[in-house]
Amino acid sequence: MIQISDVAKSFTLHNQGGVVIDVLAGAEVSVAPGECVALTGVSGAGKSTLMRMIYGNYLAGSGSIVIDGVDVARAEPREILALRRETLGYVSQFLRVVPRVPTLHVVAEPLLLTGVDLAEAHDRARAILARLNLPERLWGLSPTTFSGGEQQRVNVARGFVCAFPAMLLDEPTASLDGANREVVLSLIEEAKARGAAMVGIFHDEAARDRVADRQIDVSTFLPERPGP
Amino acid sequence: MTLLMSVRDITKYYGRYIGCAEVSFDLYPGEVMGVVGESGSGKSTLLNCLAGHLPPDRGEVLFDSRVDGPKDTLKMSEPERRMLGRTDWAFVHQNARDGLRMNVSAGGNVGERLMAVGARNYGDIRRQATQWLGRVEISETRIDDRPTTFSGGMQQRLQIARNLVTGPRLVFMDEPTGGLDVSVQARLLDLLRGLVRDMGLSAIIVTHDLAVVRLLADRLMVMKDGHVVEAGLTDQVLDDPQHAYTQLLVSSVLQV
Repeated sequence: MIQISDVAKSFTLHNQGGVVIDVLAGAEVSVAPGECVALTGVSGAGKSTLMRMIYGNYLAGSGSIVIDGVDVARAEPREILALRRETLGYVSQFLRVVPRVPTLHVVAEPLLLTGVDLAEAHDRARAILARLNLPERLWGLSPTTFSGGEQQRVNVARGFVCAFPAMLLDEPTASLDGANREVVLSLIEEAKARGAAMVGIFHDEAARDRVADRQIDVSTFLPERPGP
Repeated sequence: MTLLMSVRDITKYYGRYIGCAEVSFDLYPGEVMGVVGESGSGKSTLLNCLAGHLPPDRGEVLFDSRVDGPKDTLKMSEPERRMLGRTDWAFVHQNARDGLRMNVSAGGNVGERLMAVGARNYGDIRRQATQWLGRVEISETRIDDRPTTFSGGMQQRLQIARNLVTGPRLVFMDEPTGGLDVSVQARLLDLLRGLVRDMGLSAIIVTHDLAVVRLLADRLMVMKDGHVVEAGLTDQVLDDPQHAYTQLLVSSVLQV
């Protein structure tokens, strides 16, 4: 479902003396349907960079990232947008929304984009918000003023409200209490059971050990490593 | 999917100064394209060339019109282009006063667009105008008031209603949130997002505000000195800019 081959990435800082920062080289990851692969490695190893390249948020320097037949490293913007709408979900660490949009709309939006009608989209959004124990009195409010844990649950709800065949999870349990962490882990397990291919970054090791089928140490994709 | 608009090599000089040069891109139905750059980068010149307000020195703008299919709008006669401006196209000006008739009531501003495309029944026109005022969150009780009595944010929402009432396929927007308070901007952005999604609109939005394009635009073009220096998926261009100028632009935004 997700096939990453020989991906490299460096950043050129044109306005800071043209410094080139090599982050990754020769990255190889493949994820089958129903499988969850955890990216590991020390801070700065390139876990988030790789994840962002898979989502098309960072431009891959070379190599290919094929998801459901689309090579994100080369695709046109509209192909990547279609992939994000139909195939590839993303639970990010940070919430970025229009300031005054109510939480219920924020969560229902991915469904509306795929053509689900408003009533059904809202029903499904309510169901997942309830499951994540977000108090109903908050649903009509904009999540911009929520606590870290509440915002994180809005992110998780937005990511899991559609049954995406592929998902990226960036620290999905980071600021959650035990009960809500448990809900998120079951959402991940259910997604795996229905065949979703998942790539995750988890600093929560117990969570990682429970949901991840394999771990890939991103620091082995170091550019300085000996050649083949 | 059929292209909605195909732009090739649009170039405009002001005497010996470059307005914009060699701009080419394709736009698909439902896509929102942002154009950013500093003052004088050529983004407004480009928008005005595309919308037929300014004749470029060379280039081609093929537009898939509902009636005639793909046509080079730069080669159209003035009446043909004016018809396009009332049907398939809309233009939202930065200053609502440039896009509204200030001595005509709010309802009249919306209704006269319907009349321009053939609506004649007063009851229907008033009903549609009322409905559109509601959509842009202007109270029905203000329908007979002139826009001179409206706040800046209300005037901008009225301009949007006036432009969208005839169901265009492509909207040109020049700094649509410029000059508005931040709180009013957020409301307008939310409104525009909903309208773009519900109507399946395509739009070309010129702005210097990166937050506006992040929330509204699918794709982004960055202009400097009349040239497009970088283009791509909006979040990719903003989060992983490749060109030195884009890097400078993104890193210069003050964080709050």
